[in-house]
Amino acid sequence: MTLTLTSPPVAAPLRKRRRRQHGTVLLLMGPWILGFLIFFAYPLVATVWYSFTRFDLLSPPSFVGLRNYRYFLFEDPNSWKSLRNTLWFVIFMMPARLISALLIGQLLVKIRRGGSIYRTIFFLPSLAPPVAATIAFAFLFNPGTGAVNALLGRFGIDGPLWLSDPAYAKPVLLALGVWGMGDVMVIFLAALLDVPNDQYEAAGLDGANAVQQFRYITLPNLSPVLLFTAITGVIQTLQYFTQAAVASSLAAGVATTGGGSASSLGYPDGATLTYPLWLYQMGFKNFYLGYACAMGVILLVISLVFTIFLLRRSAAFLGPDAAR
Amino acid sequence: MTATQLPLTAVTTTPPERRRARTRRSLLLDVAEHSTAIALGVIILAPIVLITLTAFMSSGQTLTSNLWPQSWHLSNFHEVFVKAPFLTWLKNSVMYSVLSTVFMLVSSFPAAYALSRLQWRGRNFVLLAVITMMMLPPQVTVVPIYRMWAALNLTGTLWPLILPNLLGDAFSVFLLRQFLLTIPQEYSDAARVDGASELQIMWRVIIPLAKPAIAATSIFMFFFTWNDYFGPLLYTSDQSQNWTVAVGLASFRSLHHVQWNLVMAATVLVMLPVIVLFFFAQKAFVQGVTLTGVKG
Repeated sequence: MTLTLTSPPVAAPLRKRRRRQHGTVLLLMGPWILGFLIFFAYPLVATVWYSFTRFDLLSPPSFVGLRNYRYFLFEDPNSWKSLRNTLWFVIFMMPARLISALLIGQLLVKIRRGGSIYRTIFFLPSLAPPVAATIAFAFLFNPGTGAVNALLGRFGIDGPLWLSDPAYAKPVLLALGVWGMGDVMVIFLAALLDVPNDQYEAAGLDGANAVQQFRYITLPNLSPVLLFTAITGVIQTLQYFTQAAVASSLAAGVATTGGGSASSLGYPDGATLTYPLWLYQMGFKNFYLGYACAMGVILLVISLVFTIFLLRRSAAFLGPDAAR
Repeated sequence: MTATQLPLTAVTTTPPERRRARTRRSLLLDVAEHSTAIALGVIILAPIVLITLTAFMSSGQTLTSNLWPQSWHLSNFHEVFVKAPFLTWLKNSVMYSVLSTVFMLVSSFPAAYALSRLQWRGRNFVLLAVITMMMLPPQVTVVPIYRMWAALNLTGTLWPLILPNLLGDAFSVFLLRQFLLTIPQEYSDAARVDGASELQIMWRVIIPLAKPAIAATSIFMFFFTWNDYFGPLLYTSDQSQNWTVAVGLASFRSLHHVQWNLVMAATVLVMLPVIVLFFFAQKAFVQGVTLTGVKG
């Protein structure tokens, strides 16, 4: 069949067919192209423009030059704090999720019987709606009656205030992140099962132990997947919002919704004030929308660096077809 | 699985006592691996078990650190709907999820089809645009988009989150494309030889073959919208009659001053649909997660 298609006599109708196909492509891609223009291209340009303006949604934006950026860099007491908090999650939570997912994935590959039951169990938490999962953790870690401090009390340890203690709030959220590592684990599991078994057999005959096999066979085979999950992990973590917002509002006992009650964001002591949280507070609670756009542009630059890095290695996850 | 071949093939040439040592060692390893997995599994499941138990407790008992309910209060689940307009939020969530999923399919499947099964100039450029849209944090473009919806008087409702799906969703396009690439080109070629147009091929040949892909992408969209907090919070923050369960649940304790047992009952109610759906469609779902990770 393919032969008849590529043989010379069919070449002329093929060209006509190709022209007709352009119309088809336009028809199929039409809605997406419109969406790209309305919900991506235009807002992107507008964000950059608004970032040089003072804009409160009620009156049209007025040009103020670099003032928003200057305020971000030198005057805003929370901009650097929120950036530092978000970086904390990128540096600690994202790798912790990846490493635990890799170790558990490795364990499940080793287990021959009952593997699928374990897989379901370890995957389950990643399905829990983030709001629900955060509330569950806030309950388990609540200082008074929470199960965690009750358990610590059995061993004579006086548990900390967890989400109400600036030193422990982020680690609790890290634990929550590790608990939901199942989505990453499933990706690793598929990649681990793809590692050619003869490589392990050869290494086993050469007397390589488990650690050496992991270091010299598993890791190199997994590196494209690891790179992909690490970069998407960074980009996801840069957007870290829900868990921090819910945890801080629960610990502070204040709702995140409604009018002026947003002072709880980042409780305790700004420890959970992530970058997107501060952007939301400044833009949609205080209505400094121009400033929120400047923060958006800065977030854009940071994310683009990672996205471009990923796209340069795109062959790793787009498949061989993308090269055509 | 295949791992068993390694010791077995090596063992045939080794003397008997070494063979016995090997099997004993692998049995020990088996026990060690299973006990590690079980211990970790218990830790992983503990939060879900503990909140479910708390959901059945009396409000008095939640003030103690007892883990097992002294008496079982099924009425907690009813009380949730009395204390807060949970039923309205549930309806809103279902509307948000179902409409988004349907709209997404109508617009994203054709785009994914063009991106995976047709050859045209600029295709790779569009693909890069899809991935860039998928990767960029929504906070970057949120202000201009909010302004557009405000100009249309639709802020305060969930429509700003539902309607854009009519114009394609980047993640769904990407996921569907990854799936569609795995369908052999020969199916399309055969239909082309028979004189079918591209639209006929998509409708009659590819869509039936892509049912698992459509299922997985729909489940992803359902999960995303059901779990979404930032979107509904942004647009419906001061319109509690338009909240979704995620937003309602987040402010349930502080706005309605309820005890942990009711909060946990509500939490279980919000988690339940997702978990039930997962068990029904586990295979399609795991396949989808894997495809987002790698291909090639």
